Amino acid sequence: MWETIINAAGQTFYMVFWSTLLSVIIGFVPAVILTLTANDGLRPNKVVYEILSFIVNVFRSFPFIILLIIIIPFTRFVAGKSIGTTAAIVPLTVSAIPYIARIFETSLRETDKGVIEAAKSFGASDFQIIFRVYIKESIPRMLNGVVLLIISLIGYSAMAGTVGGGGLGDIAIRYGYQRYNTEYLVICSLILIVFVQLIQMLGNHLYKRLS
Amino acid sequence: MIELIHVKKEFDNLEVLSDISITINDHEIYGIIGQSGAGKSTLLRCINGLVSYDSGEIRVGGELVDIKDKKKLSLLQKRMGMIFQNFNLLNRLDVYDNVALPMKFWGIDTKSPEAIKKIKNLIELVGLSDKMHSLPRELSGGQKQRVAIARALVLDPEILLCDEATSALDPSITREILSLLQKINKEMGITIIVVTHQMEVVKQICERVSFLKDGRVLAEGKPEELFIKPIKEVKQFLQEESGHLPSDGVNIQLFFTDESSDEPVITKMARDLNIDYSICWGKLEDFRSNVFGSLVINVKNEDQDNICRYLDDKKVLWEVL
Repeated sequence: MWETIINAAGQTFYMVFWSTLLSVIIGFVPAVILTLTANDGLRPNKVVYEILSFIVNVFRSFPFIILLIIIIPFTRFVAGKSIGTTAAIVPLTVSAIPYIARIFETSLRETDKGVIEAAKSFGASDFQIIFRVYIKESIPRMLNGVVLLIISLIGYSAMAGTVGGGGLGDIAIRYGYQRYNTEYLVICSLILIVFVQLIQMLGNHLYKRLS
Repeated sequence: MIELIHVKKEFDNLEVLSDISITINDHEIYGIIGQSGAGKSTLLRCINGLVSYDSGEIRVGGELVDIKDKKKLSLLQKRMGMIFQNFNLLNRLDVYDNVALPMKFWGIDTKSPEAIKKIKNLIELVGLSDKMHSLPRELSGGQKQRVAIARALVLDPEILLCDEATSALDPSITREILSLLQKINKEMGITIIVVTHQMEVVKQICERVSFLKDGRVLAEGKPEELFIKPIKEVKQFLQEESGHLPSDGVNIQLFFTDESSDEPVITKMARDLNIDYSICWGKLEDFRSNVFGSLVINVKNEDQDNICRYLDDKKVLWEVL
């Protein structure tokens, strides 16, 4: 039993780690574009903002389990197969990108307008303002967003598990629920609770240190 | 020299600045005063190109401020430091890094010995050597503004723009910041433009001042001229009332400027003319350590001519109310 569970915990970690990393890197780009083109941004552009914002909303409004299925061809194209732990990273990442993009956008736009004006007054370029002011000032808020993302990805990874991704959620369902093995269900749930608690604690600690 | 020539700006069909022409000389401390909404902060932002203007011209040292020419504009901005009402420091940078930030925007190596020396000197100038590595949240309002001043000076500007820089500070801290600005003006020869709604600021440091209302310059001159003998709008702004003046006899207001405020005109006049009158209202104010004031006296109708002639003789400005 323990071997199965430890193995599954490893799979959960693997899926969550890679989908977090990838979505943070990719989601950063639309977040910056949204921040730049928002009406209070450095380069206000209603058309670009509204289109991008619409796309983000569309992807966010798909229930994960449906997104998981409709992007199977894409998953196969990227990962080479549609089933398995590695393949599960694709839908997890796709659903996480708009989520983290929105969170980063909100974090960035919370930057004090006065500080941005001050940077402008010293002749800073838009590029410098993005990196040296917006991002610099928003790092603690963005980190909070990543913690939120990791926690919801742990939840989603349980669903991804049911389509062959493995992981703790999958074990809990297959061994615990379907085979009436309550022990599995309890242990898997406990491990997930501990995971989430640890990540939240780590996040809070880092937030305090960084801000 | 900063020249504003017929500058106009509209915002959503509302005229924010209507036909403003001001010339600010090198090395002077120039005040722009008015109520909030008068357009003074917008005017200041037009000077360093944070905000565009619709027509007219703004020239700084002969160069046109044009928001469309970004390269040229940022070079002009480098020559103008700016400080703000809310300090606008980066919360996550310490005092040293906040001061160093504009250098980074200009690709100046902040690790070089000259840069380090310069940053440290500026922090010393504003009196914060012991707070070099404190974060803004560990500083008081006055200290934050000092950091902002050091930051505004790090690119060796010729001009310092102050947008309500003391409005968020206590009166005693305000005085400290103002004397620091005065010191910077004197020792470094930096032209300072102060936008404020506080009379105290203008009185304490400005050599010349413009009074702005509804986007127009209604009065310009030395602060003492503007405030001792104010026009109607300035009077309203100062919320100054001469109180209840007697309804019989004649009320004459006397204005004391440079030369006349030292002389005991009032008592001398009573003795010389051998008449009596009552003093109904008065005020004395400090302007950059000179005292100016005005006084209202109530005289009998038959004495009016005599008194007016006497005052003219003594070169005291007066006005029958």
